Amino acid sequence: MLGAIWFFLWGILWAVYFMLDGFDLGSGALLPFMAKNDTERKLVYRAIGPFWDGNEVWLITAGGVTFAAFPTTYAVMFSGLYSALMLILFALILRGVSFVFRNEVDHPGWKALWDFCLCGGSFLPALLLGVAFANIFRGLPIDAAGVYQGGLLTLINPYGLAGGVLFLLLFLVHGSLWLAVKTEGPLKRRAAAMAVRLWWPLLLVAALFLFASLRATSLFDNYRSHPALLLIPALAVAALVLVYLFMRRGAWWRAWFASCATIVGVTLFGVVGLYPRLLPSSIDPAYSLTIANSASSPLTLKIMLVVALTFVPIVIAYQVWVHFLFKDKIKEEDLAGEGGY
Amino acid sequence: MDVLMLSRLQFAAATMFHFLFVPLTLGLSVLIAIMETVYVKTGDEEYRRMARFWGKIFTINFAVGVVTGITLEFQFGTNWSQYSRYVGDLFGSLLAIEATLAFFLESTFLAVWVFGWKRLSPRLHAVCIWLVALASNLSALWILIANAWMQHPVGYVLRNGRAELQDFLAVVTQPFAFQMFFHTVFGAYILAGFFVMGVSAYHLLRRQHIAFFSKSFRLALSLALVFSLGELVHGHIHGAEVAKIQPAKLAAMESLWETRAEAPETLFLIPDEKNQRNLVEFGRLPGVLSLLAYHSTQATVKGLKDFPPEDRPPVTLTFVAFRLMVGLGFLFALLTLVGWFKRNKLESSPGYLKVMLYAMPLPYVAMQAGWIVTEVGRQPWIVYGLMKTSAAVSPIAVSQVAISLAAFIAVYGLLGGVAFYLIMQQVRRGPEPATAAAVPGEG
Repeated sequence: MLGAIWFFLWGILWAVYFMLDGFDLGSGALLPFMAKNDTERKLVYRAIGPFWDGNEVWLITAGGVTFAAFPTTYAVMFSGLYSALMLILFALILRGVSFVFRNEVDHPGWKALWDFCLCGGSFLPALLLGVAFANIFRGLPIDAAGVYQGGLLTLINPYGLAGGVLFLLLFLVHGSLWLAVKTEGPLKRRAAAMAVRLWWPLLLVAALFLFASLRATSLFDNYRSHPALLLIPALAVAALVLVYLFMRRGAWWRAWFASCATIVGVTLFGVVGLYPRLLPSSIDPAYSLTIANSASSPLTLKIMLVVALTFVPIVIAYQVWVHFLFKDKIKEEDLAGEGGY
Repeated sequence: MDVLMLSRLQFAAATMFHFLFVPLTLGLSVLIAIMETVYVKTGDEEYRRMARFWGKIFTINFAVGVVTGITLEFQFGTNWSQYSRYVGDLFGSLLAIEATLAFFLESTFLAVWVFGWKRLSPRLHAVCIWLVALASNLSALWILIANAWMQHPVGYVLRNGRAELQDFLAVVTQPFAFQMFFHTVFGAYILAGFFVMGVSAYHLLRRQHIAFFSKSFRLALSLALVFSLGELVHGHIHGAEVAKIQPAKLAAMESLWETRAEAPETLFLIPDEKNQRNLVEFGRLPGVLSLLAYHSTQATVKGLKDFPPEDRPPVTLTFVAFRLMVGLGFLFALLTLVGWFKRNKLESSPGYLKVMLYAMPLPYVAMQAGWIVTEVGRQPWIVYGLMKTSAAVSPIAVSQVAISLAAFIAVYGLLGGVAFYLIMQQVRRGPEPATAAAVPGEG
């Protein structure tokens, strides 16, 4: 029971991380396509500036919770995905400092360097997180001793790549919707047009991914035995359709919230399909890491549950407050004067 | 080189680099919070400018600290998977608690502080930087509880082929954790104090922004003085605790080979690890080591020869790092004491200011040396007495680690260079002109 609760909390934490960092990763990756001059680039930075770091802590927490609640999964997952994870981390490092470093030196080359780091450092994690999670859905070559018997190239397979493209498109749409919410004028128009343009490919890839999951993974086993659960992928698809409907009406905030729901829905679709496995083995299902063979002791799970149920609501409360505090659209005059890096 | 050695080098490089930025975050956040509070209480605009100037440096420093911290959490999984598997039940939860309690608070409210100058009332804005200071110190507490458990594992039981949590309170309240916490944050406050004093000295020597940097200097001096003196007392208590729970580390710190009662403290010596002796010994103070370690000149101190060779930490590195740290600790107390008598005539003390300018790197050296004593001195154990470092490493390809280590060195080298340049640029630029902040509507 305790293990099952933590399994779903684990899934929800990753979903929340994707939902939150997704919009700033997407905005960052779109920087060169959205902003046509230095002022517009500054506006893009400013639109995600107060939020990106708080969003990224959800990654640290998702990682930390994997460590705390399922140490064996943490050990196998991150040593197995060594090179992919290192690429993600280095990308996040270069991207993170760009926010602060960019405007410290007033030289076009300097700014272009950090703009490149923001863009590339946002693009790569978006893609690789998708590749990694699709491969987890599909199963990793884990042997009887729990050792990963593959390399970086093992992850490069059609289903894994489809997952990568899916995450990338989800985040790009999420990011352009965010910029449509947060900016005005030509920048907003470009962001809105981008969201509309990327929505169709996203729908196509999402549909492809769902059908590929039928063939390439055993995710649907749980759905076959409990058809009511199909509500989750159905809600994800419905949310994706809502994104389109809200976009058509110019309701950007609502479209963005629908996009949040889509990302959470896609993640939970996978997590529910995995249950009770955290890392299925593609060598032999019996080698899979599950709640039973990788969870922490009941005492640790209990203590962590108290900690999580006490402090995560507090975190959510003050992070929501920050969104209210910086709820206004970013205007050019905000860039001058005090406030900001 | 094998995966073990490369992984150790990688973790050492990543942690030591990360810890170039962390202490300044811990100490400078407190100083900035004090400055902004003085501004809120007195309305003195100069303190607001101080908070903004030091805050700018803080932000650059914090950015590098935070991005290099993320890799550390994941390295336990990537490079030390056997360790994670064996002790994750206990150790993992401490890291998760650190993230939930401290990282969210720190990152979220620093962003509010940076972007909120015009959106928040001065009082609420000051609260934000206090929350950042609280959160970064809280994160130090939790990570040091985790590290203290590696130094002195308590509250666990060996079950299901791993170390499982048995007594959470024993883990989070063990005295050694709080000793490590105080030792580290005292050091961080000293470092931040010396940083602010050094930068202030730079401007005072050039006779610019005199009032601004005199105030900054005096504030930093008070902090550094209190904690330099405090660290001398506390360092001794901490050392005595190490003697009790990690006798092999103590023997290496002192390069003491033979077990003996009335063990001497030797002022100068050169360890000769190969022949298990000291090459040169000079200035022996009989019984002083016994007195320091066990509070009795007659007490017996265990020498390195009484530990099997495979259970001894590297002696020379531990010994030199310890001597360096202690020597610098005394120097900090001396320099801040001198400063106390010169605090009201700083401008007419160029010699002292020059010394304080060049003393800026020294607390960084002391901090790094301290961590070398802690971590190298714990070897060959990753968890003292429970798990050997060699048993903790991941079953991964040597090429993977070689490539990632090279990437760490390249990226961190670049990052360090850029951060140093940008901080120096801020330092040289000095504070914003007084008028800018006084424009109505900007405050």
